Amino acid sequence: MTPVLEIDGLVKHFGAGRGQAVHAVDGASLSIAPGEVLGLVGESGSGKSTVGRCILRLTDPTAGTIRLDDTDITHLSRRALRPLRRDVHIVFQDPYSSLNPRFSVGRIVGEPLRRHRVASGRELADRVAAMLERVGLAASLSRRYPHELSGGQRQRVGLARSLILEPKLVVADEPVSALDVSVQASVLNLMTDLQRDMGFSCLFITHDLSVVKYLADRIAVMYLGQIVETGPAAEIFASPQHPYTQALLSAAPVPDPVEQRERSRVVLGGDIPSPLDPPAGCRFHTRCPVAVERCRTEEPALVSRRDGGGPVACHLVTGADVPDLTAI
Amino acid sequence: MAEQVVERPAAPVSPGERGRLWRRFRRRPMPMTGLVLVVAFLVLALAGPMLTRDPSAQDYNAIMMPSSGAHPLGTDDLGRDALARIASGARISLQAGLLSTLLALTVGIPIGLVAGFYRRWLDPVVMRLVDVVLAFPFLVFAVGLAAILGPSLRGVVLALSFIQLPQVIRITRGEVLAAREMDYVAAAIADGSTDGHILARYILPNCAGPLIVQATVAIPIAIIGEATLSFLGLGVQPPTPSWGVMLTTAQQYLDQAPWLAIWPGVMIALATLGFNLLGDGLRDVLDPRSGT
Ligand SMILES: Nc1ncnc2c1ncn2[C@@H]1O[C@H](COP(=O)(O)OP(=O)(O)OP(=O)(O)O)[C@@H](O)[C@H]1O
Ligand SMILES: [Mg+2]
Repeated sequence: MTPVLEIDGLVKHFGAGRGQAVHAVDGASLSIAPGEVLGLVGESGSGKSTVGRCILRLTDPTAGTIRLDDTDITHLSRRALRPLRRDVHIVFQDPYSSLNPRFSVGRIVGEPLRRHRVASGRELADRVAAMLERVGLAASLSRRYPHELSGGQRQRVGLARSLILEPKLVVADEPVSALDVSVQASVLNLMTDLQRDMGFSCLFITHDLSVVKYLADRIAVMYLGQIVETGPAAEIFASPQHPYTQALLSAAPVPDPVEQRERSRVVLGGDIPSPLDPPAGCRFHTRCPVAVERCRTEEPALVSRRDGGGPVACHLVTGADVPDLTAI
Repeated sequence: MAEQVVERPAAPVSPGERGRLWRRFRRRPMPMTGLVLVVAFLVLALAGPMLTRDPSAQDYNAIMMPSSGAHPLGTDDLGRDALARIASGARISLQAGLLSTLLALTVGIPIGLVAGFYRRWLDPVVMRLVDVVLAFPFLVFAVGLAAILGPSLRGVVLALSFIQLPQVIRITRGEVLAAREMDYVAAAIADGSTDGHILARYILPNCAGPLIVQATVAIPIAIIGEATLSFLGLGVQPPTPSWGVMLTTAQQYLDQAPWLAIWPGVMIALATLGFNLLGDGLRDVLDPRSGT
């Protein structure tokens, strides 16, 4: 089956003056199958949002290709892109800046229908009402304005807007991380249910692995603009290969206190290096607890593991000598 | 979040908030004074000429008469009614102030929108021109332009609108730059909106507040500009009664008929003060960045 989304060697550099460039994304590749949820995980500044914005062409990639359903959209004009937008939408992190304060809720949710001339009048109002109910909001809310809603309600409105055209792909950029912990779970459950019912593919961006544990079919781990490991979610959680993935996992809290105490911990030192001047060799070597000389000079490729698991970009995993990380 | 730091646009006014803003405005004495002065000026300019005598009718039996029942503000050197000429002058001032500002908005808003939204080559070119024009003292520029365009109300309006243009472009562009970083504009693109739709429905409304404030600042400057140009002989020509023209004549008779200079002077001061107070009030209410 053709993937709904296929990104190959995506590069996005932002000019930062004086000939410098922020290497926000530096050669990332990933693909999403129909109906699949891919969790894109990484620290702040690793380039996750930039990947998401490139997919919607909210920002133009510097290099690489982006295919939606086998159509190369990397260089399509804004006009040529417009009809394809029926099939992709995005949910933003900040529920306050993602809704136009001058539009009513009904107007916001109905916009995609209007812009693509899919429905109007009575039918449009009915579809908006049905969609609002589907995301757990009263249809009567459509006359309200965003500032009258809570953060959780706003995020549901954003979700309704993204889903009303029944897109094939939804990019969800940290959709719950700005919400109160108490409402995070309910919005996550809602997304899980909707995804199951409607069957859309989803790129779920998060810095918190525990958020995608039950939602994602597969996980891609991103570090400083590159994908360092991908694999089925269960496999990533059970046996993370890349030292960075291991560090992310041990940073994520585990509900069971016994497990929490007994599991091995790989602690990340320091901050993520500046994307203005990413480290040579393996980008993670400056913080890697097991880095060897080769890591400082030679950039590891994302290659499949010898045991057949998901691809990893680490000399120590894919090369000759695999250290026992748990012994550290 | 490692997102770029951008200036957020002023919190847009959503429906229902308008009543609250009006109550906030009404409680302040200065803006309300401004509003009253501006309304009085508008009434004078619009209704005044219909209620007063013919401003060009000369009465050689009443030359430079002080205030009387027949001529409440006295008469000028040709026996014309000063009140009638003040009222007609208000109309000229209003035209110069409003038309030049409207023209500047009509031309400047599209330029600012396009320059800010598309950036590319247009933006640096426009901004360089804006800086050049802003580098001149505006009256020097206006005098030069009016001299080129010829002495007439049309020339005055064109010259005054030209000197307002840079500010209009700058303000519009600034609001566009801030608004286009908002996630809801990105969402509008994802919705499948055309650029025109986004500019008209998402970005232009954000510019409204700052531009209204700018207009209330520009109108009094244009009123003074018209009076100045006409005073210098570069604007409206006699016998058309402009406050500036009236001042030019009055300076010859300061001893015999000081009221001929006082009334136009007071009118210019009051009209300007009115718009300035109103503008300050609007800025305070509409723009949270002003810190009130
Ligand atoms: N418009 C921009 N101009 C310049 N630099 C940018 C821009 N957008 C992002 N960046 C930079 O690119 C890098 C990656 O940013 P991005 O927002 O994609 O990261 P992220 O993984 O989403 O992080 P977060 O968890 O903080 O959202 C950061 O260093 C950021 O400062
Ligand atoms: Mg982000």
